[in-house]
Amino acid sequence: MPDTDLRSAFAAARRKRALFLGGTALVIILLAGVAVTLGSADLSVAEVYLAVFAGLFPGHFVATDTAMTIVWDYRLHRVLMAIAAGFGLAISGVVMQGILRNPLASPFTLGISSAAATGASIAIVLGVGVIGGDFLVVGNAFVFALLAAALIYGMARVRGMGAESMILAGIALMYLFSAVTSLLQYIGSSEQVQEVVFWMFGSLGRSNWPKVGIIAAILAVSTIYLVYRAWDLNALAEGDDIAESLGIPVKRSMTVFMLIASLITASIICFTGTIGFIGLVAPHITRMIVGTDHRFLLPASGLVGALLLLGADSLARTILAPTILPVGIMTAFLGVPFFIALFLRGRGE
Amino acid sequence: MINLSVRDLSYAVRDHRILSDISFDTGSPALVGLVGPNGSGKTTLIRCIDGILRSEGSVSLDGDEISALPRMEVARRVAYVPQGIRNNSTATVFDAVLMGRRPHLSWSLGKKDEEEVVRALELLGVEDLAFRQLRTLSGGERQRVMIARALTQGSPLLLLDEPTSALDLRNAMEVMELIRRLAVDEGRLAIMAIHDLNLAARYCTGIIVLCGGKIVAQGPPAEVLTPEVIARVYGVDAVIEHRNEIPYVFPLRPMTKT
Repeated sequence: MPDTDLRSAFAAARRKRALFLGGTALVIILLAGVAVTLGSADLSVAEVYLAVFAGLFPGHFVATDTAMTIVWDYRLHRVLMAIAAGFGLAISGVVMQGILRNPLASPFTLGISSAAATGASIAIVLGVGVIGGDFLVVGNAFVFALLAAALIYGMARVRGMGAESMILAGIALMYLFSAVTSLLQYIGSSEQVQEVVFWMFGSLGRSNWPKVGIIAAILAVSTIYLVYRAWDLNALAEGDDIAESLGIPVKRSMTVFMLIASLITASIICFTGTIGFIGLVAPHITRMIVGTDHRFLLPASGLVGALLLLGADSLARTILAPTILPVGIMTAFLGVPFFIALFLRGRGE
Repeated sequence: MINLSVRDLSYAVRDHRILSDISFDTGSPALVGLVGPNGSGKTTLIRCIDGILRSEGSVSLDGDEISALPRMEVARRVAYVPQGIRNNSTATVFDAVLMGRRPHLSWSLGKKDEEEVVRALELLGVEDLAFRQLRTLSGGERQRVMIARALTQGSPLLLLDEPTSALDLRNAMEVMELIRRLAVDEGRLAIMAIHDLNLAARYCTGIIVLCGGKIVAQGPPAEVLTPEVIARVYGVDAVIEHRNEIPYVFPLRPMTKT
């Protein structure tokens, strides 16, 4: 009877999704376990893990001071930052692609990353910012990223809030902010230009425990909220009229979702600099495997993003060791060929 | 059972009036065809009835004003199949149809939701496509999937915007027969915008003719579709011939503009 066939097929599809979520989480844990042992410091695997456990259960394990410093002050938070940043960039990519119904939407293509870079450049070259002191660059990057999101939203609102107009507005802003950044580089001193360029590469080298904590807190709250509203995202991805007729307040929901996606992006890239492709590629890969239901797509994309960024950073730290490459360069090197392959495969189907 | 009452409905974008003084009453079971030239306001009227567009005047379902009902409640009573569905969606047929359950869902799926989806897929004969992506379907298949979604919504009023416009002869007839069955035989009220006058005449129980945002004629197909109405609304000379009490429109030539 086809009825039971269909039901068992649904059950099989559900199992596949669960398996993918669990499997990806497991691979991340394993890769994280390897990543903490990587680095230029001369520590054995045993010394690294002794230090990890000594930190977690003080008194029960004893490790050398050097090992403790390297593992806890340099490596662990960087590994966690890679996971958190990858997760966050991926889910904000999912949200943007979903509500704008455009596979090219991402924090990068919507100009949010360029705006953050401009904010950082203003702080670095001109020394002015919204917040002074240690957070001059970070604060500027954060505020400019949100400013870009607000501008895109405002422009789209004037034109009647269509998904296409938001994307066009984003592309226009990307060019505008890139031009401002170039101008600042032109007038800056060579040291300043170097600093701007390093910021724009995107790197996890500036991570520390408080930054990981801030991002994790923002991600925890926003991920729970987004997954809770997964059905509304599903409907919005199919079209405004369909969503509206299914009982979803389209304009208000789009505003809220854009705001959350922008906030996640801004809070990550203000600490890491521009990391491209994760927000674009992770949702694509995941959609091909688990489908378009945001109840699964959101967490699964997050995990894929985390895995990609952790993998890219691990490679960036080892490939030219002891030189550590900025992870932003790595994600582009890995992401572009992968993306083109994906695109070509899609065309052939 | 459901009764729809539209009173003095008007809609304008800035100074441009799109609909004016639309009034009609209808109730289930019925299949009502909205006909009229391009730009006569068919789609706008459908969106106003669903409350997606806020119009002047009144649209009420069983005495409840649509604009006063919560959106989720409207979605439980009214299902809408828009025209020109996205054709690059990577959602599977199952996921797309399941979305119709949104107005009834909290977060997780119940057995009933899955059963409703299976029932709708079987009713529309698209159960074999359940795991195909929407973008890989033909126009006829996709239209069935969209109707299946509207069905799982479980609402007594179905609004359809030109469901047959992209379909070949056979698919168009099959979809019309299906909609007629859902409406007339199963006790729903279906209102559809439709361009093909002969399809409308054959399957609809009532026709509303729109022109320039106003109702020009309404009633049973045999009363509404006359050479005078066709001439006035479309500017086309036509003869009407009846076969098995169904009027068929034979357009002869566009009338010369005076």
